Amino acid sequence: MLDDLDRRIIRHLQAEPTLSLPDLADRIGLTAPRLSRRLEKLESSGVLRGQRAVIDWRALGYEVEVSLRITLDKTYSNAFDEFIQEARDIPEVIEIQTFLGRVDLRLSVIARDMPHYQQIYRSHILTLPHIADIEALMHVARIKSDESLPI
Amino acid sequence: MNDLDDIDRSLLKALARDATQSAGALGRRFDLSQPATWRRIRRLHDAGIIKGRRLDLDAEKLGFGVTVFLGVKLATKGRVSLEDFERAVTAIPEVQTVEHVLGMYDYRLRVVARDISDFERVLRRRIMTLPGVGDVEANVLLSEERRPGPL
Repeated sequence: MLDDLDRRIIRHLQAEPTLSLPDLADRIGLTAPRLSRRLEKLESSGVLRGQRAVIDWRALGYEVEVSLRITLDKTYSNAFDEFIQEARDIPEVIEIQTFLGRVDLRLSVIARDMPHYQQIYRSHILTLPHIADIEALMHVARIKSDESLPI
Repeated sequence: MNDLDDIDRSLLKALARDATQSAGALGRRFDLSQPATWRRIRRLHDAGIIKGRRLDLDAEKLGFGVTVFLGVKLATKGRVSLEDFERAVTAIPEVQTVEHVLGMYDYRLRVVARDISDFERVLRRRIMTLPGVGDVEANVLLSEERRPGPL
């Protein structure tokens, strides 16, 4: 079970993931060895799964990001599996999410510009299996994106 | 900076999986010296291609069992109302991401909650009371997969 100290560690680390172990220990008021034991426990229990570098696709020349909200033809029992399997093969798909609600799935697709997007959409997205309906949301701006948990 | 070579791409891919790897360890993997690897990573940061780090936490183990995506349409538009809405929505701790989009909604929010009744509380007390908020559509996240992207 997590205690208040664990939560405090996660809170600090969430706000500043690049903090070094001694700095983090300092802020929390723990010795470095005690902190590192806590972190090991958080990792081995699967609470802390790791740290990922966040890539700015725009800085790599991908100016367009589109959310495709997809409804599947659920008369096929394998519709989800087959759709997801094939969507994984499209390199420009950076996120695949499934939902309970009005839409079944969402793909986050990036492209260099509109002609590039058009090409991905026509030759890779529309050929995915079991699509019943697609709606597109075009990204204008990210207003908040830290993805912190309110712990 | 768009002239990434294969080694840069491999480094990016490796850091997107695990950002805590040292330049020495990465260098050994890609047959580079530690300083050369460090310089490449530095360059990826300076060019804004790596824009930071994200903790990968198991939200469920931390007590957040529900993630919901909300599509929000504003009832009234105009520059002032967008700013008011954005200021208020980014201040809600349960709202992890806010994206301004074009399409059938104006904003897309990612919201975490402890369970469905906690989500209902956030929706009623925090979201529905936002300035200018109109139609809201909710989709409960069932699964999520982040892909490496076109590297």
